[in-house]
Amino acid sequence: MQSEKQSNSLTRQILQSVSDASLVPFLAILTAVVVGGVIIKLVGGDPILAYRGLIQGSFGSTKALSETAVWATPYIFAGLAVALAFKGGLFNIGAEGQLAVGAVASSLVGYALPEWLGYDLPIVIHLPLAIIFGVLMGGIWASIVGALKAYTGGHEVINTIMMNYIALNTTSFLLNGVMKDRSPTNVIARTPLIADSARIPPIFDGLRVHWGFVLALLVAFLIWWLLNKTTLGFQIRTVGLNPDAAKYAGINVKRIIILTMALSGMLAGMAGTIEVTGLNYRHELGFSIGYGYDAIAIALLGKSHPLGVVLAAFLFAAMRNGATRMQFLTQMPVDLISMIQAFILLFVAADAIVRYIYRIKAKGERVVLTRGWGG
Amino acid sequence: MAKKPVSSEVKTPIVLEAKEITKQFPGVLANDSVDFDLRKGEIHALLGENGAGKSTLMNLIYGLHHPDKGEIIVNGKTVAIHSPNDSIAAGIGMVHQHFMLIPVFTVAENVMLGDEITKRGSLDRATVAARINEISKQYGLDVDPNAIVGDLPVGLQQRVEIVKTLYRNAEIVILDEPTAVLTPQEAEDLFRIMRDLTGRGVSIIFITHKLKEVLAVADRITVMRAGRVVNTVVPAETNEAQLANMMVGRQVILTVEKKDHAASGDILKVDGLSVRDQRGLETVHNVSFTVRGGEVLGIAGVQGNGQTELSEALTGLREPHGGNVFIDGQDLTSKPPRIITAAGLAHIPEDRQRHGLVMSYTVADNMALCDYYRPPFSNRGVIQQKALDENARKLISAFDVRTPSPFVNAGKLSGGNQQKVIVARELSRSNVKLVIANQPTRGLDVGSIEYIHSEIIKMRDRGVAVLLISAELDEIMALSDRIAVMYRGQIVAIVETKKTTREQLGLWMAGAHAETA
Repeated sequence: MQSEKQSNSLTRQILQSVSDASLVPFLAILTAVVVGGVIIKLVGGDPILAYRGLIQGSFGSTKALSETAVWATPYIFAGLAVALAFKGGLFNIGAEGQLAVGAVASSLVGYALPEWLGYDLPIVIHLPLAIIFGVLMGGIWASIVGALKAYTGGHEVINTIMMNYIALNTTSFLLNGVMKDRSPTNVIARTPLIADSARIPPIFDGLRVHWGFVLALLVAFLIWWLLNKTTLGFQIRTVGLNPDAAKYAGINVKRIIILTMALSGMLAGMAGTIEVTGLNYRHELGFSIGYGYDAIAIALLGKSHPLGVVLAAFLFAAMRNGATRMQFLTQMPVDLISMIQAFILLFVAADAIVRYIYRIKAKGERVVLTRGWGG
Repeated sequence: MAKKPVSSEVKTPIVLEAKEITKQFPGVLANDSVDFDLRKGEIHALLGENGAGKSTLMNLIYGLHHPDKGEIIVNGKTVAIHSPNDSIAAGIGMVHQHFMLIPVFTVAENVMLGDEITKRGSLDRATVAARINEISKQYGLDVDPNAIVGDLPVGLQQRVEIVKTLYRNAEIVILDEPTAVLTPQEAEDLFRIMRDLTGRGVSIIFITHKLKEVLAVADRITVMRAGRVVNTVVPAETNEAQLANMMVGRQVILTVEKKDHAASGDILKVDGLSVRDQRGLETVHNVSFTVRGGEVLGIAGVQGNGQTELSEALTGLREPHGGNVFIDGQDLTSKPPRIITAAGLAHIPEDRQRHGLVMSYTVADNMALCDYYRPPFSNRGVIQQKALDENARKLISAFDVRTPSPFVNAGKLSGGNQQKVIVARELSRSNVKLVIANQPTRGLDVGSIEYIHSEIIKMRDRGVAVLLISAELDEIMALSDRIAVMYRGQIVAIVETKKTTREQLGLWMAGAHAETA
């Protein structure tokens, strides 16, 4: 009896906390959509038609759905990267650079390894190698920033931005130089195509959605499990919420900071890797412009919860994917979508606005995104 | 403490009256129809535990909050106080527990802050300084207007705060826990100043939870409990036990029951320890002492004399730059907290919300904060939630933690229950040889204080060594077998509790050397 009552109230508590957590993001999306509609109207467009185009373009057909999933795949990985760092009290703005490092590394393994060895590899060896190498490089790249934070107090926001410059320019150097596709017709900064044995196969014939999408969902679950069910996750969350208490509790805070950044970088690297091995089959300069930055918005909108990140990644993917259809139907520029996304983020970040509009009282503690200099 | 002569029976006019003040905060009725009045030239003490509603009432009078019901009458007129500016205009000044001073400014600059006098666009320091000298002389305050505030000792900084209120022509001064940061001698000085002020027509509201002070200095005492006024009494007609009774609502044992107990060998040995603080300044100089099994060594001292850094160095939170720390013969100098904990340390940290708890974690998670990585809480890196919950249920009942369930966030508990979560976690560990308790009862209610004191003594009687660091001299004297006094980073004296007095300890706390005292 007693325990039934307790579990009952526990279920209610969980439901309550889910609705508390998702209320503000949901209202932020709603408000942004309304604001976007007003803007469409103001510039002489038809908001209903525009939004109908957006939905058709993103969910209206098997192909549209497949493309939305294709967009969502790197978004989920990169969003998880930023979210995991948030949980550890770190603001990883460097997903963009980590993603590029991962993409370069896995494409190198993808096209150069068979040449170097002199024989073809089976897919069960070559593909995992390409992925693991990309993921590891992303992790190593990010852990440099973690080490700087842990040992010198250098703030990760500044250092990830700087590391982005280094990563993106180094990528450009490589793609224009030693890694450039040497085929006579090519003038673009891109690598050669990776071997068939390093490619993630599509799930369905004729659609671009590939098994990397399923992998993304699995990894999201894995990250949830890691954070909430393991001692490592306990340490990451404790350091994120209260580094002083973490130190008191005997947690090696420096080690956890580096490890959190490494894991975050691995996820970001995975986002780059998955695009190379599952979609483009090569790395091309500029393929990812903005994934790493959109990831910050996705993590914020998803409240750094892996399920929230998956949902937010889907929303962003759908908007990006449906934008073309919207433009075709209403001549509204695709940039409008970026604007609506910016509004969503604005309303989530400055949640006081949403709380004021809908008269919601603030509840519970605020999410700690990042701490002050050297903190 | 010198007993104040009972004031004459002539009743002076009422200068401040709060009538049927009610203030509701979410989930708590902080003030429930409170009546309070202050007569001209009296010291009216407001006594109560944390959360009794004293601070709420003062914040309402000072304009930091607004009452839901009731009125505030100053000098016979109902006033609407919407902000501190209104209350200052009405002649009310407040000295907060945490001083509102800018350390790098001079006394004069601090005093005029927000009320600057200018002469052709630049600050007129001379006029302000003259005013301060005048006030200072008039009330016997003795402050130098040109001194830099950061260079002044705490007692003098407090006087600067008092000057600030008088400079703004305050006739009613609210002192919020003014003795918390003072040595017994500095407190005596403050009481003298308070009497000087009242002698010149200033009326004082004195907020405190210390019974001895109230009896020594107040003309009237109003006791609050759970948002209501329990009673208003005069010191001559009451005593400590009765006041404590009113504060808590039941019989309170004011002394800690402590049997004589034979101490065994050295458990904690500190040898020539030196520690630097955040800014790189050495705040603990060459400190040596030992704590034996079965004894409580109390470290007395005014806050900020190196106690924080000392306890951090002993518990692994801060690396000392000289000297050694041994626990039960094992050299643990500069070792991380986990190793020291494994060697038998139970640590009740100074700041429970910063170090002791993760406020947004559940009680159950907090109770395993230091042991989450070990069986039964962990199995190959996976947290065993069942074991965590079972442990929490066991500790909640063993240590009488008042929480609706183990799954409530620690931040939702009262201060006393938060501290009990920490005490339960630390003292229940199986291998404890040494307890380091830093300000274990700060800000707690009497019930929790009694409980935590008895738990500490229980550990001592079990043969555990206890190092108690506290700014409350009464607590040190009640619990300790021996007392070490810390002043400016050094231990200036170590004595047996039986062979010393409050006054002697107070002198040492103020810097007198053991030889010369």
